Amino acid sequence: MATESFEKRADRALGDAQLRRNFAFAMGNFILKRQAVFSDAAETERLRALGSAIKQRALSRLPELLTQLEAACTRNGIRVHWAETTAVANRVVLEIIQSHAASRVVKGKSMVSEEMHLNAFLASHGIEAIETDLGEFIIQLNGETPSHIIVPAIHKNKAQIAKIFHEKVPGAPYTEEVAELNAIARRTLRRKFYEVGIGLSGVNFAVAETGTLCLVENEGNGRMCTTVPAVHIAVMGLEKVVEKLEDLPPLLRLLTGSATGQLVTTYVNLITSPRREGEKDGPREVHLVILDNGRSRIYQDPQLRRTLQCVRCGTCLNHCPVYTRIGGHAYGFVYPGPIGQILTPQVEGLEKAGELAFASSLCGACEEVCPVKIPITELLRRLRDESYSAAPDGGVPGRGCRQNLVERLAWKGWELLNTHPRLNRLATALLGRAGEYLPPGGPLERWMRYRSQPQFAPRSLHRRIQEEGIPDE
Amino acid sequence: MSSPARDRILERLQGAPRQEIPRPEAPPPLAAAPDRGARVARLKSLLEAMRAEVHVVPSPEWLPRLKDLLRTRSLQTLVYAPDTSIGAALRAAWEEDPSGLPALLPYDRPVEAFKETLFAADAAVTTAAGAVADAGAIILRPDAHEPRLMSLVPPLHIAVLAADAIYPSLGDALREGGWSADMPTNLILVSGPSKTADIELTLAFGVHGPKELVVLILE
Repeated sequence: MATESFEKRADRALGDAQLRRNFAFAMGNFILKRQAVFSDAAETERLRALGSAIKQRALSRLPELLTQLEAACTRNGIRVHWAETTAVANRVVLEIIQSHAASRVVKGKSMVSEEMHLNAFLASHGIEAIETDLGEFIIQLNGETPSHIIVPAIHKNKAQIAKIFHEKVPGAPYTEEVAELNAIARRTLRRKFYEVGIGLSGVNFAVAETGTLCLVENEGNGRMCTTVPAVHIAVMGLEKVVEKLEDLPPLLRLLTGSATGQLVTTYVNLITSPRREGEKDGPREVHLVILDNGRSRIYQDPQLRRTLQCVRCGTCLNHCPVYTRIGGHAYGFVYPGPIGQILTPQVEGLEKAGELAFASSLCGACEEVCPVKIPITELLRRLRDESYSAAPDGGVPGRGCRQNLVERLAWKGWELLNTHPRLNRLATALLGRAGEYLPPGGPLERWMRYRSQPQFAPRSLHRRIQEEGIPDE
Repeated sequence: MSSPARDRILERLQGAPRQEIPRPEAPPPLAAAPDRGARVARLKSLLEAMRAEVHVVPSPEWLPRLKDLLRTRSLQTLVYAPDTSIGAALRAAWEEDPSGLPALLPYDRPVEAFKETLFAADAAVTTAAGAVADAGAIILRPDAHEPRLMSLVPPLHIAVLAADAIYPSLGDALREGGWSADMPTNLILVSGPSKTADIELTLAFGVHGPKELVVLILE
């Protein structure tokens, strides 16, 4: 979690040439791949409108769909657990593991488990969580957190990864050959899939109609984690539920195309029940942990609610000029980039994470590519407003935390000057003569750092219009 | 399963302002569904682009073709599902002439008693329940006879697909297949061998699942 300001972290990231090269290369690549798979602009627009409508519709019926999902899962033999906080969700996962007297878990990639800081929690209870997605495996070896939602180790180049493998994987030779690095990971993790009795995964979509969990991946580690061990625990944010199975084709197309520029992932894994009578493999127990962690609060506000449409494709990161230059770690929280900038302040509160809403030029590149059309810049502006809002309780936690006397007085003064014509005339006349001698101090100092000082005209526009009139053609 | 947490979460959601948003209309179907030949061609080219090996063979010739493929690979073992029609055909063909072929291993026990054999096996043959032409993926519906791990654990996965079972799109497959009324334990789409690009976005195959996928499309 962040201990220093975003500005400091961003500054440091900007000074890291290797990091900047890694991100510039990878993000450029992602943008091209996405373009190739969404080459028909009109068709893409139709698809995005459909994806957005499906998610908005699902959110409009969220309590009903969650109840329906729970009933369908239960009917299918999947045990459903609810958690209001990450602490409770961690506890639920721990209890399931302990009920099987297990000491290890193999994990597929899951952002919600990152949000829960599950690995550290389990470790504090003597349980080893083994990340099996290649990128997650790399950063776990090095004690790091993901820097990207889809490619968690993208901040590392192969020389850095070669070194990590050589130092941290017993018996691994030093090699920068990507195929060999993959082979080392395969060998190491195959053993774990074979031995470990509990598998944990996230969920991309949960279908209320059938009680089906949909997971997408390319490596096969997700299928391993959800099929080989006797117990499968899936964790999901409560916004992942969709109405019907037929909602999946457009959503999958949007998710995969936006995330990696693929038509379809190597594996689309639809899990509807644990091993049934007579079947020879698959987990004997499947658990679904539904996490709230602030989502039901976000849901209270129809505008902020749209944050919950997100399918975690990461394309807003790839297209963000800020993210591309500083990478994921500088944001200081689990979800980086534009989606993190709108989600994190709402979950963690504006005092703690509100500065993220300001780390944007509002260029809107994210919004143009978002597969479910989340109005990201509108939400960033809303969070900025909330930070300075003088309204009483309610809204985003920490509302009004940036209010300060100087700024309030400045606006009061502005209001005064612009509602009293005489004062206005006096002030503009004064500024016209003496404006250039204004000391660049206080909040103006920050503003001026990257901008030239405004030049005040000797005569105000108001004055000139009065004196010269407006030429009438 | 009722719990205080559940009730509180649902209560908060129910108490939020309601928005009436209609279900979006399903997208109009493609102007003209591609014919069988076009579907086979599209599926083949997309699967091959993802490094799968695809053979389109006349139905009666699939076993000889499979044997040819296996002989060139010099494998030790091949996992198969004995209680499927493909399994029965395989057994008969192997009895006829097993020369140069891997030994057949029936997946006829719960995985707990088969795991060691499975993790050491070289290859497995399964049925593909269907395929999706426009995405380039085959559909697997493992069941009691044909277990889930066959298509995942061995380094080589061979799938046998009837050309008639190729749908134009995933939407067509789930509508025409009546999936929503009949979801199996596990249904999987597979578009190629296991792969990753987690290191410098360099594509590498066979990271966790099969290193090779062979699809036999039976005409």
